[in-house]
Amino acid sequence: MIKVERLSKHYGQSKAVNDISFEVAEHENLILLGTSGCGKTTTLKMLNRLIEPTSGRIFINGEDVTGQPPELLRRNIGYVLQNNGLFPHYTVAENIAIVPRLLKWDDKRIKDRMHELVEKLHLPADLLAKYPAQLSGGQQQRIGLARALMADAPVLLMDEPFGALDNITRAKIQLEFKSLDELQRKTIVMVTHDVQEAFELGNRICIMDKGRIVQAGTPAELLFSPVNDFVKDFLQAQRLQLELKALTIQSIWDLLPPAIAVEGTELNIRSTESVWAAMEALKGTTRQALLIPSAANEPKTSTFEQLMAAYHQYQTSLPA
Amino acid sequence: MNEQQTLGQFMQEQSDKLFTQTLEHIGLTFISLFIAVLVGLPLGIFIARKKQFSGTVLGIAGVLQTIPSIALLGFMIPLLGIGAKPAIVALFLYALLPIIRNTYTGITGVDASVKEAALAMGMSLRQVLFKVELPLAMPVILAGIRTATVINVGVATLASYIAAGGLGEFIFGGISLNNSNMILAGAIPAALLAILFDFLLSIVQKISFKKLRFGLYALPVIALALASFYLIPSAIGSKLTAGFTPEFMGRQDGNLGLQQKYGLKIHTIVINDAVMYNAAYEKQLDVISGYSTDGRLKAYNLMVLEDDKKIFPPYYAAPIVRQSALQKFPELEITLNLLSGHINDSVMTDLNYRTDYLHQTPERVAKEFLVAQKLYQPSRHGKAGTVRIGSKVFGEQYILASMYSMLIEGYTDYATSTKTGLGGTKICFDALTNDQIDFYPEYTGTGLLVLLKPSAQKVQEVGLNKDKTYAYVQQEFKRQYHIEWLKPIGFNNAYALMMRKQQCNDLGIKTISDLKRFLDTNK
Repeated sequence: MIKVERLSKHYGQSKAVNDISFEVAEHENLILLGTSGCGKTTTLKMLNRLIEPTSGRIFINGEDVTGQPPELLRRNIGYVLQNNGLFPHYTVAENIAIVPRLLKWDDKRIKDRMHELVEKLHLPADLLAKYPAQLSGGQQQRIGLARALMADAPVLLMDEPFGALDNITRAKIQLEFKSLDELQRKTIVMVTHDVQEAFELGNRICIMDKGRIVQAGTPAELLFSPVNDFVKDFLQAQRLQLELKALTIQSIWDLLPPAIAVEGTELNIRSTESVWAAMEALKGTTRQALLIPSAANEPKTSTFEQLMAAYHQYQTSLPA
Repeated sequence: MNEQQTLGQFMQEQSDKLFTQTLEHIGLTFISLFIAVLVGLPLGIFIARKKQFSGTVLGIAGVLQTIPSIALLGFMIPLLGIGAKPAIVALFLYALLPIIRNTYTGITGVDASVKEAALAMGMSLRQVLFKVELPLAMPVILAGIRTATVINVGVATLASYIAAGGLGEFIFGGISLNNSNMILAGAIPAALLAILFDFLLSIVQKISFKKLRFGLYALPVIALALASFYLIPSAIGSKLTAGFTPEFMGRQDGNLGLQQKYGLKIHTIVINDAVMYNAAYEKQLDVISGYSTDGRLKAYNLMVLEDDKKIFPPYYAAPIVRQSALQKFPELEITLNLLSGHINDSVMTDLNYRTDYLHQTPERVAKEFLVAQKLYQPSRHGKAGTVRIGSKVFGEQYILASMYSMLIEGYTDYATSTKTGLGGTKICFDALTNDQIDFYPEYTGTGLLVLLKPSAQKVQEVGLNKDKTYAYVQQEFKRQYHIEWLKPIGFNNAYALMMRKQQCNDLGIKTISDLKRFLDTNK
């Protein structure tokens, strides 16, 4: 869907983005992860030509982005900003309708689409007549998302979309974000510096540093086969949790003890879920074991300790 | 409240003039404001987009703002002549800075993420400007226009200096003629206009964004309508145009006398004397009301028309001193009288020529003259108190003040401080009576007609003889104000009508009566 070839952006001597290439498959959610100044935001803004690259090419749907005027290109790419970027002099409804108006939709179509989105995002209907300054931070961010989704562009770019929110609101909106069916149909490139968020929301992650992609891969690939110490160190702080989240039960299947017949075990979990999810299911219950049915194998049962032991075994089995 | 009643009477009496002047004032303010918005707004937008130019543009606009208004008006005369055009251009230049600066500040102050969002959603630069940047910057831009409006209402009073009309005619006429009611009749409406426009624009500023969109279209229309009040001074009524100072216009020994005794009917505009000579030289004016010892007479090759019916009273110069100052500084009187008899008309004209045209400093001219007359003594740097010398704002008074300062410091142990540039007769005289200065050079005719203002009969009786005039003002000043007239310096700086020498020769005009005959026969 999106293909980036040898993209560079230089500001004088400094190379903000230095010869990077990557691809994003359709309906994939790619995360650009890194610290401030690593070039992730510059890369994102080159995708919709808010920044013009020094060299390199970008294709969306097989077409070079420079093939049409930037205004027309951008109308077909959703964009969510960290500070929401809502127009303070427009009502919520007017804000959401900006792109459709640019695309010359008729009023009825705009109205219908707006109501559809308001419902999906669980926004109170009276919000539409208000001005952005009258909304909470979380509501503003939801409106920002609604505005980006309004024209139903196939590609969505998000620049630290949850960065300005407090922890509780962020967790809540991330959860909504994951469950929103609109987003399943989109190809998303998201920029974040939050490792947790990247692993929570990304199908694939590019870890960037000093204008280059250090490693690109699925969360599990990054965790269990980091290409160098930088990637390892970058993920160190929250390593355990990330690994447990990245690892599916399936991948430690062989390390789990064989099933013991537990009559009446009501707790069960599919083997495609993460080890973290299995642990969460066990937490706070008096049941000691968890039934894990599997399509290919015999079901297994496991306790919290057994899961942990299997995980450690898995880790030691990896090449150093 | 006698004062208020007479002000009311004055305004009622002059209501026609007041109305015209107010409309002229509003017109001047808004024509220039409208052009300033037309130029300043796009310029502000331009430098907000191309920031590398912002320093230069704001710098130039800032420098323009610092040029003294009367100097700016003076510069305009060779380029644009006199009247409405240079006044509007000057006002326009003054209004530019606040408009450009606030447009720039307003637009660059729009939240960067809002601008980025607008671009990212696919708005063109034009759409970003009109839908995002301008609406969000509008309160700041309007604040700039508001500032410019108030500045313009104020500066427009100076338009009367170059014959563009406005409430300045009353204000400066009143100052020259020592007529408080006249000053107030101009100053109060000017102040009210400033307050009114400021208030109206503050309302526009507070209106919500939505309504403002309509306001954006309404505002230029309103500005244009107000601008149209300005009636460009009526077409020339005679072959020649006269430019008279506001003071000359209102005086019995000025324009009123010309009309009564000579029956002179000439198209006349009101103009400040700082620019009048230049305007005559530039052929913007043909006849002006000057002073007979003015150095510019020589500089601009002008000729004094003979006052064959003797309407201009004598204006012999002499220092006038508060009696309390004479008691405080016992040696002052003798020292000031040292100059008496040393300067006649032609000497004074020459001295004035050296400052006005050769641009020598008054101090240098004063010193060279005193040295030549063997009157100069180096300063004794005395510490026996400070004598405060005043002067009005023209070269001759500066020279006289310098001479007196050198004489006092050379012959006595007093120090001096000079307060030059006290606007007109009224300001100078008020400074003297209110103990702000100790003495200044005054003219007998001014003392008689402007300060004492005796009955017409008395003027008739003493006004045409130089000794009678001197004796009368000396006696009355002592009685009424406790002020002494010391010995006359010797020259007579009377009012005079003057024309370009070349034109006088061409038209065969030598006297004021010749001028009248020419006007009557060439209608």
